[in-house]
Amino acid sequence: MSDTPNVVTGDLEAPTTEAPAEAESTSSETADRKREVHDMWVAGTEEPAWMRSYTDEGAQEILAAEDESAPELTRGTVVEDDFIFDDVADDDELQILNMGPQHPSTHGVLRLHLELDGETIRRVKPIIGYLHTGMEKTAETLTYMQGSTNVTRMDYLSPMHMELAFSLAVESLLGVEIPERGQAIRVLLTELNRVSSHLVWCATQGTDLGAVSMLIFGLRDREYILQFFEKVTGLRMNHNFIRPGGVAADLPDGWEEDIEAILQKVPQGVSEYEELFNGNPIFRDRTMGVGVITPEECKALGVSGPIARASGINWDLRKAFPYSGIDKYDFDVPVGKHGDVWDRYLVRMEEIKQSLGIVKQVLETIPGGDYRTTDRKVTPPPRKRIDESMEALIHHFKLFTSGFKVPAGESYAAVESPRGELGMYVVSDGREKPWRLHARTPSFNHVQALPTMMTDSLVADIVATIASADPVLGDVDR
Amino acid sequence: MAHRSGPSGFLLTTYDAAINWTRTRSMWAATFGLACCAIEMMATGAAHNDLARFGMEVFRASPRQADLMIVAGRVSQKMAPVLRQVYDQMSEPKWVISMGACASTGGMFNNYALVQGVDEVVPVDVYVPGCPPGPQSLIHGILTLQDKVMSGEIVR
Amino acid sequence: MTDSPMTDSPMTDSAMTDGPVTDVFAPLAKAFPEVEFEQVLESQQDVAHVPADRYVDFVAAARTAGFDVFVDLCGVDYLRSNPRYEVVTNLLSHEHVRRLRIRVGVSGTEPVLSSITSVFPGANFYEREVYDLFGIVFDGHPDLTRILMPDDWEGHPLRKNYSVGSVPVRFKESPKAQ
Ligand code: SF4
Repeated sequence: MSDTPNVVTGDLEAPTTEAPAEAESTSSETADRKREVHDMWVAGTEEPAWMRSYTDEGAQEILAAEDESAPELTRGTVVEDDFIFDDVADDDELQILNMGPQHPSTHGVLRLHLELDGETIRRVKPIIGYLHTGMEKTAETLTYMQGSTNVTRMDYLSPMHMELAFSLAVESLLGVEIPERGQAIRVLLTELNRVSSHLVWCATQGTDLGAVSMLIFGLRDREYILQFFEKVTGLRMNHNFIRPGGVAADLPDGWEEDIEAILQKVPQGVSEYEELFNGNPIFRDRTMGVGVITPEECKALGVSGPIARASGINWDLRKAFPYSGIDKYDFDVPVGKHGDVWDRYLVRMEEIKQSLGIVKQVLETIPGGDYRTTDRKVTPPPRKRIDESMEALIHHFKLFTSGFKVPAGESYAAVESPRGELGMYVVSDGREKPWRLHARTPSFNHVQALPTMMTDSLVADIVATIASADPVLGDVDR
Repeated sequence: MAHRSGPSGFLLTTYDAAINWTRTRSMWAATFGLACCAIEMMATGAAHNDLARFGMEVFRASPRQADLMIVAGRVSQKMAPVLRQVYDQMSEPKWVISMGACASTGGMFNNYALVQGVDEVVPVDVYVPGCPPGPQSLIHGILTLQDKVMSGEIVR
Repeated sequence: MTDSPMTDSPMTDSAMTDGPVTDVFAPLAKAFPEVEFEQVLESQQDVAHVPADRYVDFVAAARTAGFDVFVDLCGVDYLRSNPRYEVVTNLLSHEHVRRLRIRVGVSGTEPVLSSITSVFPGANFYEREVYDLFGIVFDGHPDLTRILMPDDWEGHPLRKNYSVGSVPVRFKESPKAQ
């Protein structure tokens, strides 16, 4: 295994002469095989041969030996525990264990390479990419109008937040203002989505720790919210409802009663879970003091959201950089102390209640008016005008076939998703399609922080720690 | 089932029909959740839709104990070998349901990273359309598979 | 161990974000005269254009200046401009409630940049991702391997001269497919 690939300095011809001719032919053979399925290069722009030498860098597996240059912070916080021995076994007594990618407790297709010393985890390496969908590349081929269909499929537990972050980034380039009602609908949907995402977290955390009935309970309560989403957007998931310029449609008739029903049923469920979890000695023992991460580690590793808050960082993007008028509503940010799995559980439970509080306020204060901007540049003309006027029809057709142009520039917009800071970085070159779209997804950082949380803890804690990090693999691999 | 009740309470049927019937009544699925569709697969097993009505609420984590693989979600180039290996580890008879647009055709992601349809990797018996297919669609897909097995359309 | 988390919200309003640019960036601007500061979109999106050779130093200085949260690192391929690539690093300061976006140009013929993993360990996966998708090599990275694509993948998919790789849709009954 090579640590760093050879760095080509200056003379680009040199590596080509060094490469043996035989290696060349095999790599072009594999290229031919691949090209049958995928036409890889835009004709005439193939990479020069020396560039290929970069790609054989070795396996993605755990390093053979501890890398001395690994920064101190990634080695993790050592927790006092009777079972963990300080004296490390010899290298040849360590056992390598592979977990995943097809494992019921890894929440998708996460793979962990573990180095075990008896029951103690000495080193961990998460291996990701099993769900890499190429969405950032696909985004470059879709117009801004179509873009939200793409991004909504990244983090499939909080699609509304993905759409919102994308829309905010595009809107900041466009410079359009969203009417108050549109903003209120956005807040309503994203906060409901936070609740439904945390409910799935409840279900999986419970199941992973042996409380299998939680899977039934959590998904039962989530279903109420999904039914509301289906009524509003037409789909249970992957809604493509929040779009640049506002939202796709107004709320349907009778939505108030649905929200009231949700506001009544979900808190009942939540108090049921608290009853189940809070006094449960098994749950307490398996979560307290497990998977600890300190505030300093959180900051250096980019960990955000409930995990960072559980470790004592008082930081919520909804308070710090308010978006969509969320600062009009009154809510608190729960902050933990110990940074362990138990505190994350408490923080998430409290967030469910606070989000439901915001939903209630939206229900009471939602203003009337437009649900999307009246700027004709990004919004299609109203349905009625299409029947009357030819121009409106053409306008509508143009908008949906070729999209709208966005001024050149770059913009980063972030929202607080159920998992943490979710950012979208959009680079526009003045045309209808983004030049580059990058999603900064919270789960990516959380998977990266797993070794910090797990090192020198016990094998049984792996499952609890992964579940508490709540990674969504679609969010990690994109 | 082709059967006829005799005068003294015997149940007569063909050997094949009896075998097929037993196969359909306890089809255990391997959890092969990949992406968004997997969440809907979980929802299908949960309270509202209750897959247990069809004798298949037991999702097995180990492919050795499973008869049915529900490929729920998009299959990347990196995942395809794993998928094939899990399929090979399942014991016969085995069936595959391809759940969702991505698993069936690559869906909206026609790009370098995805396998354009799992049928390039494993043989598929039933395709369930949708993005994501709702629990009802998945249940319909499973019932279709059971019908096909019963009628002898799929022979293993 | 408490049974309920403390609930408080000292970050009351966004008013504290409106400080003049110079306040936060003055020490940085003084230490790095070659760095250009710019504010895009007038919405607190502060951008610093940093030369590649001062990149690590600048990030380290920014960390000391309060930008101690690592947020994001990504690559952009501006195909026809010079330098061809750009690496964009996002930092955040909880203390100043401000973001800082650092843009560094990377040459297209020799895509090498020094790694900031020694300053922010969180950059580890992000640099691997940029390496995987753009082929930009990070000098000094502890474990620079592919992260999203399989080990033996050829090429770097997010480069602009790498095609989307779409396959034409085949219809089973169509004469072409037979
Ligand atoms: S078909 Fe749709 S819901 Fe299913 S995995 Fe693909 S994108 Fe997700």
